[in-house]
Amino acid sequence: MPNMSPKKNPMPVQDPAVRARNFGEVALGYDEATALDEAARCLNCKNMPCVSGCPVNIRIPAFVEKVREGDFEGAYKVITESSSLPAVCGRVCPQETQCESKCVRGIKGEPVGIGRLERFVADWHNDNVAAKPERPAQNGHRVAVVGSGPSGLSCAGDLAKRGYAVTVFEALHVAGGVLMYGIPEFRLPKKIVRREIDTLRALGVDFETNVIIGKTLTVDQLFEKGFEAVFIGSGAGLPRFMGIPGEALKGVYSANEYLTRSNLMGAYREDSATPILRAKRVAVVGGGNVAMDAARTALRLGAEKVYIVYRRGLEELPARREEVEHAMEEGIDFRLLTNPVRILGYQNENDRRDPKNGFVTGIECIKMELGEPDASGRRSPVEVPGSEFTLDVDAVVMSIGTSPNPLIKSTTEGLTVNRRGGIVVEETTGLTSKPGVYAGGDAVTGAATVILAMGAGKTAAAAIDRSLSGKNA
Amino acid sequence: MYRITEKRSLNPTVTLMEIEAPYVAAAARPGQFIILRVDENGERIPLTVAGYDREKGTVRIIFQIVGATTAALNRKNVGDTIPDFAGPLGKPTEVEGLKKVCVVGGGVGCAIALPIAEELHRLGCEVHTVIGFRSKDLLILEKEFAAVSDRLAVMTDDGSAGRQGVVTLPLGEWLAAGENYDEIITIGPLVMMKFVVATARPFGVPTVVSMNPIMIDGTGMCGGCRLTVGGETKFACVDGPDFDGYLIDFDEAMSRSAMYRDFETAKREEDCNLFRDANNV
Repeated sequence: MPNMSPKKNPMPVQDPAVRARNFGEVALGYDEATALDEAARCLNCKNMPCVSGCPVNIRIPAFVEKVREGDFEGAYKVITESSSLPAVCGRVCPQETQCESKCVRGIKGEPVGIGRLERFVADWHNDNVAAKPERPAQNGHRVAVVGSGPSGLSCAGDLAKRGYAVTVFEALHVAGGVLMYGIPEFRLPKKIVRREIDTLRALGVDFETNVIIGKTLTVDQLFEKGFEAVFIGSGAGLPRFMGIPGEALKGVYSANEYLTRSNLMGAYREDSATPILRAKRVAVVGGGNVAMDAARTALRLGAEKVYIVYRRGLEELPARREEVEHAMEEGIDFRLLTNPVRILGYQNENDRRDPKNGFVTGIECIKMELGEPDASGRRSPVEVPGSEFTLDVDAVVMSIGTSPNPLIKSTTEGLTVNRRGGIVVEETTGLTSKPGVYAGGDAVTGAATVILAMGAGKTAAAAIDRSLSGKNA
Repeated sequence: MYRITEKRSLNPTVTLMEIEAPYVAAAARPGQFIILRVDENGERIPLTVAGYDREKGTVRIIFQIVGATTAALNRKNVGDTIPDFAGPLGKPTEVEGLKKVCVVGGGVGCAIALPIAEELHRLGCEVHTVIGFRSKDLLILEKEFAAVSDRLAVMTDDGSAGRQGVVTLPLGEWLAAGENYDEIITIGPLVMMKFVVATARPFGVPTVVSMNPIMIDGTGMCGGCRLTVGGETKFACVDGPDFDGYLIDFDEAMSRSAMYRDFETAKREEDCNLFRDANNV
């Protein structure tokens, strides 16, 4: 008999007051008994609506059934048929808009906690199974992957499992891309990312750090070196700013910079060689996952007051629901329907050498209201005249998205990009306008999610395999 | 890992190193920069390429010991390695088609100006050079500049070598005397470049400045190196590091460069104390 409880088993979490001051993981994960109980809520629907909601088509009812049987390793094997990074996706996927949004149990109650079960299975495997996967027999083909974020790792993993010799080129000094520099420790512990990468190494994937494709080597040089196909998963690029006065003041960060300093460079540690401003009052502009990460990082760096400033309403916040809830529990002050007008800085008119000159002192905002729906159906926010007010802050983090990085497109002839600078690809294969060159992830779509990038990496891996194995035949 | 194959002290605060980095050596051009880390928990710092040997696969860097990271780098010796050395980043300096150029370098910036002067000379361009230092002890690369310059002025603040005064003194005189430069290329402290631009402006000579703001990734990801250029936000790492000097907001760049002054001062003191303690044991 299925467990007919209308509610998901809650995720055990660190107490909000405690966790807001440490970088330990917020969500603690199900134990075995809870996982068994949650798995029993699955009705094992024959038409499997949940699978259609998963960008990498994990056979969800099959893995949940294995969990219900207590065969956790069996469940892990089902997941890894489709996903290279289960411990990551169980933590960062927006399940409420994907698999869980299609769950029949969600019609009258809460859907099955698919993401929580995925995380449980991956963690159980990592804690209990020491064996590393074996390197498959090699097929003699070489593929280069540009970027070691979610799309690159997923593409590399799928190709390695099929016997390809894969080299991943990473511009930074560590592999993992946004999983290392972007998503904070308290949401995705770095040891989990390192473990997933070690698993790929065991499969034979080679990682070359400190190589910036487009600068150190060009895409054409990769072909000259004997690679037969190239996958570009170079990620999102240049952070956007609003173009309002005061954005060059000291204390104004892009979310990318703020998070990179803390996550990648470890600036949250007292002994770090990399500095970060330990601001007491911080405004984060934006409403996505990255904005939530930045706001919660600011708290953990010692801020007493942290605002989220977002021009639309609660319903429109693009962040994962759980991140918004966690941020609210931790005391982040959400200033919704609010938009910055300018950033204010200190200037001592009598002393040009005053060291406080040029540092942020506040952010002037204006209230917004939702107007008529636009062409996309979304109601655009419009300013409420005369509603300006100032928040006193000493740091501002701009988290309003990115535009694609120009390094590869400017050095690769024959690569077509769209109006926004994203690489143009065939949807079903990831093939670009340049023969043998595939692309996926944020480099194509602009800022999106880990799982969509992984899906794109998978699609390209399958297409590369079809193309190169066809050559063999 | 990247091996140090040569190390030389150019003056008490400036060191030259050759680093084995074949990919970078093969691709680098004058005006570009690299990012390195000295140890596993180190910060990433940008340094402009001061030369390269494509055959040997080595890249030359010249750095001034100004903070904890450059001090740690200076403690490394020939045969030691550093974990990270990535590049070349940024756009190369545009030297094609120039017939007559004045190169103006200040302090350790001269190390970056030299490969540009050498490249111009190699291309048959007439090169006039002004290099400036605080004093004789800090003077570097005079012979190397002399070898590629058709006209050279060496300046020191205290007059202990060359002529006393700032670099804009001879530059202004040469311009006033009717020297027609296609371009002025200047590399050095922000305040010096600001005044080189101010000196050039009345003569309308195009002036290229090499910016070296605070940076992390160097690939266009973090936006920390942003500058206001002609009213627009530009990223030094991908749009530069060279920019039209007439368009740069120098006062803003100077303010931003001091963002972590307190942190850097504290680190330096900590570092010095560590050394004092170590030496006392």
